[in-house]
Amino acid sequence: MEVCGEDGQLKLLGQPYSPFVVRVSIALAVKGIHYEFIEEDIHNKSELLLKSNPVHKKIPVLIHNGKPVCESMNIVQYIEEAWGNKAPNILPKDPYDRAIARFWAAFVDDKFIPSIWGVFKDEGEEQQKAVEETVANFLLLEETLSGKAYFGGDEIGLVDIALGGLLVTIQTVEKITNSVLIDKQKMPLLSAWADKFCKADRVKEVLPDPATLLKLMWERKAKMTSPPAGN
Amino acid sequence: MAVEDCEPKGQVKLLGTSQSPFVVRVRIALALKGIHYEYIEENLQNKSPLMLQSNPVHKKIPVLLHNGKPVCESMIIVQYIEETWSSKAPNLVPKDPYDRAIARFWVAFVDDKVGPCIRGIFMGRGDEQQKAVEELVANFLWLEEALRTSGKAYFGGDEIGLVDIALGSRSQWIKILEKVTNIVLIEPEKMPLLRAWMERFLEADGVKQVLPDEAKMLEFASAIRARFAAAPAGN
Repeated sequence: MEVCGEDGQLKLLGQPYSPFVVRVSIALAVKGIHYEFIEEDIHNKSELLLKSNPVHKKIPVLIHNGKPVCESMNIVQYIEEAWGNKAPNILPKDPYDRAIARFWAAFVDDKFIPSIWGVFKDEGEEQQKAVEETVANFLLLEETLSGKAYFGGDEIGLVDIALGGLLVTIQTVEKITNSVLIDKQKMPLLSAWADKFCKADRVKEVLPDPATLLKLMWERKAKMTSPPAGN
Repeated sequence: MAVEDCEPKGQVKLLGTSQSPFVVRVRIALALKGIHYEYIEENLQNKSPLMLQSNPVHKKIPVLLHNGKPVCESMIIVQYIEETWSSKAPNLVPKDPYDRAIARFWVAFVDDKVGPCIRGIFMGRGDEQQKAVEELVANFLWLEEALRTSGKAYFGGDEIGLVDIALGSRSQWIKILEKVTNIVLIEPEKMPLLRAWMERFLEADGVKQVLPDEAKMLEFASAIRARFAAAPAGN
């Protein structure tokens, strides 16, 4: 793998199963940008990570010519702007279309992430509530897809990356909790989109392996439900 | 005040409420860019059909309507204003992609970290409130550091930018919070740059004209605080 991209040295600090890291990997892959992936152990964070993201101490961090960029969707927009001449364009050119793309990307972050996390960690009524909320949010997204291959239009865009990065995680949560979040009957467009996205060139190579993610998330779930050690 | 309905780039309307710091953000951006618009005050207890139709997903203000097309979410609206009227000075967003990324980082920090702490202090009592205060002070220290790194009058440089608007719009609330809770949140000794920045921002042209009336805000805040801080009713 080339260490130096056309525009200088690029490193991505992350972990291949984190949906937030996956978002950045997708953006880099779609733009055909080469970089060095540095795998972080989140239980034993490297000096580089702590120095690069002192505020949040989280992955992903993109380091471009030694300068760090943090927060996944912020990184994705940075990639688009720093490599604006490299097709495809992740953000539309028109300011209004950009505002709409940013609106739905924010919706994914503000609404989906908490509700999907709720489906995963909660039980009983709380979990049911989280499922209903997730389904309601998906139905809103279903509406915005009408007549388009991707949220971005003919090509993958900001919203596709925002939600697409979470797809394998969402599918894993469905399996573990035995719930249906992306319902084929109720959301035919979204189901077709999910299928197309996961198979898209350049994207499929960077998506996490579903079997490994399933194992990791089962382990995480087990830790959450086991009684705490103690006297 | 006469309001020109037609700007060179079309008709602009802003749906908002007078107390909301999120609406203030948009008003500041429009004022700095010198854009004329029609302001429509919404009643949140009785939302207008226009508001519900323009923001069906969140049913919240602010909503900017540009030639009838709605833009929602305050900082998204501010970026939209910058990109649509990019040739009008000042520029609210830096030109360099890296500087933009830094600006967006701090905007997200203000909304994800500072916002919930302010709420926590406002609505909370006892230990819970104390925890929120400590967290907010820690967050402010990061922002103090960011200002020190910039070495300029504003987070945006010599002129007001995205981060100034995001944080500055909450300044009045921060000051009011200090008054109603009797807690100093931005200590001048620990955070001299932030304190100075706040005063400078509140006095700046484009900002001072659009800020809500402080006395009314204090009254509004005291009433809410009294409700939350009152002892729970017994049975």
